[in-house]
Amino acid sequence: MLFKCKFNFITILWVLILLFSTTNSYSLSEQYKGKIYNPGVLNPLDSVIKLKVGDKAPDFTLPSVSGEKISLRQYSSKKNVVISFVPAAWTPVCSDQWPGYNIAKNFFDKHDTILIGITVDNIPTLYAWTSEMGNLWFPVLSDFWPHGAVAEKYGVLRSDGVSERALFVIDKKGIIRYIDVHDINQRPKLEVLVKELEKFTN
Amino acid sequence: MKKFILLIIFSFFIFCSQSLLAVECPSEGGVFPETTLAVPQKADEKDYLGIKGEGSFKLSDINARVLILEVFSMYCPYCQKEAPIVNELYQIIDNRQDIKDKIKIIGIGAGNTPFEVEVFRKQYNIPFPLFSDESFSIHKAVGDVRTPYFFVFKIKPDGSNKIIYSKGGTIQDPNQFLDLIIKKSGL
Repeated sequence: MLFKCKFNFITILWVLILLFSTTNSYSLSEQYKGKIYNPGVLNPLDSVIKLKVGDKAPDFTLPSVSGEKISLRQYSSKKNVVISFVPAAWTPVCSDQWPGYNIAKNFFDKHDTILIGITVDNIPTLYAWTSEMGNLWFPVLSDFWPHGAVAEKYGVLRSDGVSERALFVIDKKGIIRYIDVHDINQRPKLEVLVKELEKFTN
Repeated sequence: MKKFILLIIFSFFIFCSQSLLAVECPSEGGVFPETTLAVPQKADEKDYLGIKGEGSFKLSDINARVLILEVFSMYCPYCQKEAPIVNELYQIIDNRQDIKDKIKIIGIGAGNTPFEVEVFRKQYNIPFPLFSDESFSIHKAVGDVRTPYFFVFKIKPDGSNKIIYSKGGTIQDPNQFLDLIIKKSGL
């Protein structure tokens, strides 16, 4: 009987924790008209980081939604680079993050930085999804095939095949200056990234 | 017996936690939940709202008969498209001496930090006060609405309020929207 009681209390606690932890911490835009799939609350992190600040950023070449192929090395000694990995198209937090960066272009310009968005989705999906965001000023790349290979290289591929919500800030020499592998359920604050960009010019 | 009591406690907690979670969006005819905001730093925004001093204020303290409250997000593409339309609405109201002091507009940035709200304000030259709701607490209190969402409510002399418009998406034509608000509020 004692065991049963304990078990029940644990069950209650567990259910309560589950209930309270499933509150939303995002807002959805009307833009997507209810087309956003809600995956629920996910394990905040699900990969093992392979890179650290000071490492050389691994090069890659990926197709972009606009048709051209983009390599990291093409920005070498020309631009600082921010890579924004987001988990998946048509999901709540991701559908917000890039439209936000879309009106923050002046911060990137000011610090001579280009932004690259990457997901593991294929081009048609990314095309449909990013079309809803309006005209993005930065390239969006598809890490679809070989599946998640670039995310894997950067140590941000999760066990279910999507990437983490991660930011890598890379200087003109190709050296990683900042890494934020964020809680997948939450959007990184813009000012934190802007502070990192300011380090390039200050 | 013990099991039975536990079951009751259990159901009670489930009931409570669910009712806490699933807040419904207040609709037309309803009441906008009491909300406290930080007093703006800028003097012109304080003047516009008729708020004095520092610290926090309640929506019912705003010097207006009718308040238009937009729940937006700097990150929301629809809100970005809507911004010039709401600015136009502000200008139309500002140009009309008969209603200028009676209808005020504010924006609540759902999940936006003060920095992010400022980026939005600067990008679209927004002339009315915007507030950060970084913790989503206001957003949650109004039922996790999709953005942009517009609430319009009458503020009565006793501080209570009554919602006369509660709808997501664009306000469409700002002139027609204003006519509708004036009609519904009986200004």
